[in-house]
Amino acid sequence: MAAVTLKGVFKSFGSTRVVHGVDIHIEDGEFCVLVGPSGCGKSTLLRMIAGLEEISGGDIEIGGRVVNKVPPKERDIAMVFQNYALYPHMTVFDNMAFSMKLAGESREKMRQRVEVAANILGLMEYLERYPRQLSGGQRQRVAMGRAIVRNPQVFLFDEPLSNLDAKLRVQMRTEIKELHQRLTTTSIYVTHDQIEAMTMADKIVVMNAGKTEQIGSPLELYDNPANLFVAGFIGSPAMNFLKGKLVRNGGGLQVQMADGLLLPAPGTAAQEGREVVVGVRPEHLLVRSDGVHAEVVVVEPTGADTQIFCKVGGTDITAVVRERHQFKPGEAIKLYPELTFLFDPSSGTRL
Amino acid sequence: MRRAAPLLKPQDTDAVRRLLENRNFLGFIFMLPGSVLLLLFLTYPLGLGTWLGFTDTKVGRAGQFVGLDNYQFLLGDAVARLSLFNTLFYTIVASSVKFALGLWLAILLNQNIPFKSAIRAVVLLPFIVPTALSAIAFWWIYDAQFSVVSWALMKMGLIHSYIDFLGDPWMARMSTIIANIWRGVPFVAICLLAGLQTIPPSLYEAASIDGAKPSQQFWYVTLPLLTPIIAVVMTFSVLFTFTDFQLIYVLTRGGPLNATHLMATLSFQRAIPGGALGEGAALATAMIPFLLAAILFSYFGLQRRAWQQGGSDK
Repeated sequence: MAAVTLKGVFKSFGSTRVVHGVDIHIEDGEFCVLVGPSGCGKSTLLRMIAGLEEISGGDIEIGGRVVNKVPPKERDIAMVFQNYALYPHMTVFDNMAFSMKLAGESREKMRQRVEVAANILGLMEYLERYPRQLSGGQRQRVAMGRAIVRNPQVFLFDEPLSNLDAKLRVQMRTEIKELHQRLTTTSIYVTHDQIEAMTMADKIVVMNAGKTEQIGSPLELYDNPANLFVAGFIGSPAMNFLKGKLVRNGGGLQVQMADGLLLPAPGTAAQEGREVVVGVRPEHLLVRSDGVHAEVVVVEPTGADTQIFCKVGGTDITAVVRERHQFKPGEAIKLYPELTFLFDPSSGTRL
Repeated sequence: MRRAAPLLKPQDTDAVRRLLENRNFLGFIFMLPGSVLLLLFLTYPLGLGTWLGFTDTKVGRAGQFVGLDNYQFLLGDAVARLSLFNTLFYTIVASSVKFALGLWLAILLNQNIPFKSAIRAVVLLPFIVPTALSAIAFWWIYDAQFSVVSWALMKMGLIHSYIDFLGDPWMARMSTIIANIWRGVPFVAICLLAGLQTIPPSLYEAASIDGAKPSQQFWYVTLPLLTPIIAVVMTFSVLFTFTDFQLIYVLTRGGPLNATHLMATLSFQRAIPGGALGEGAALATAMIPFLLAAILFSYFGLQRRAWQQGGSDK
């Protein structure tokens, strides 16, 4: 096990720079999730850590050793690929034992270590099967088994769940987390799904356009998004954004919404008269007699709670409420934001 | 005025319509043109050829059934036995080299090289040129007096007299084999290249993380995953080589001293210029067991693998 540190790592393909100077420190035993929209450079970053992609600049350290020029097999890492990358012509046993076979281990040792991993993953009865004869979830487990068998310093996961159906994905998510709690091997996990990131990570790195937007624990990102991008990306359904203005009212600053509603401004150093973007999470919108004027578009009861899609001055807004409402489309209601985040409209940074 | 009677009475048209809606009948109708062509131009000649092999037919004289006489004669005939040896030697050497060169070329072409598609197109050229034409070109290259190879080697001072490529039995065998390889490599290379491109790059990445050196990646990943395609390509390659005719006929006509006579050329030689239709047909028929053996070997030995069977791609 080892800590992983990235210092000013960047990557260019020709003249296009796809990763711009990334600094991340991942503690020994931590489960770190790199999350971001497609094309944000998260997979490239993971592949650079794995050594499958050369780095154009900066340093990557695994366990205190700079590995910039070290070939993948000597980095002491194991990787789980999105398409599993199982060798189709080898049985489950041979797939898992392949690295040991190359290392010239004895048959006895191979069997012993494969069986330990197969037991953890519930693969014992499939050892003689070929990948084609397995279901998606089983193949996924074999791919993890192949990683576990090597007992590496760091596990790398490249969107390992995106080829599975929704139900299996939730199940495997829990399994991977459980596995990490059991093995406590440093893990770096790439996904575009913020729910995976929130549920699995000790530390989330939100990436966008080749840069890190924010690094922190899941709840830190949820409670304290550093900018508009993180605020909109973390949380489901996504945060709502409305226009507002800072005004002085009595002793302190308040936020004035477009329809004149005054809300308490979260403590900021921003000056009066300034235009702001007001971010409100759907779960922080309350149906009350006071609040912003909204027009109901669709109501979706999901059982435990109800999602209300509405329009506020031309902007789509989602509210999630616990109580059950029978609103009709077109009905005028009022939504009161009980917790708001303020952002700078031009730079997107939190105020 | 009498109305002309309709061509089909109502109950007749019903019957025709029912027939045309019958799956089996319709299927038969659709297959008819194809089957007629196949029967007429493949099955009938093959059957006739096999039958002729059991008769003593000569050009201009209908033969009689003579049983296995032709085969018995051929077994005792030194030239026929030599042609069998030549064919096996020709096929084994040419196919092996075509496989090795083709695989090597395919791997080279699978790398990221500049002008990739242009180079791939150029590689196919020997395959596109009509065999007879390329054979004539080789005839000049191998000519005893005008050979460009001899000329070049002379100028380089490596040899002191022109090489008689097609005059010496073993030289002629090797020369024809080289011409065959030149023509056959592109087919093998392009097919194997297509096969290489079906191997997902992530398998190589996984292997490199697992600690496989490039040679081990080739041995443990590329080769096993390529076997099904190798089997198909090499079966075709062996069949084409075993039955080769044009190249030999243009280059050497089977000479010198029958050293390059393949079964196909000898069969033609005996049957048409020689007039012994029965004997030639028997020689041609004798090729069938070898071809069948090659197909069965590839089918059972290489093509069907347990890892390709069963399961869905879910």
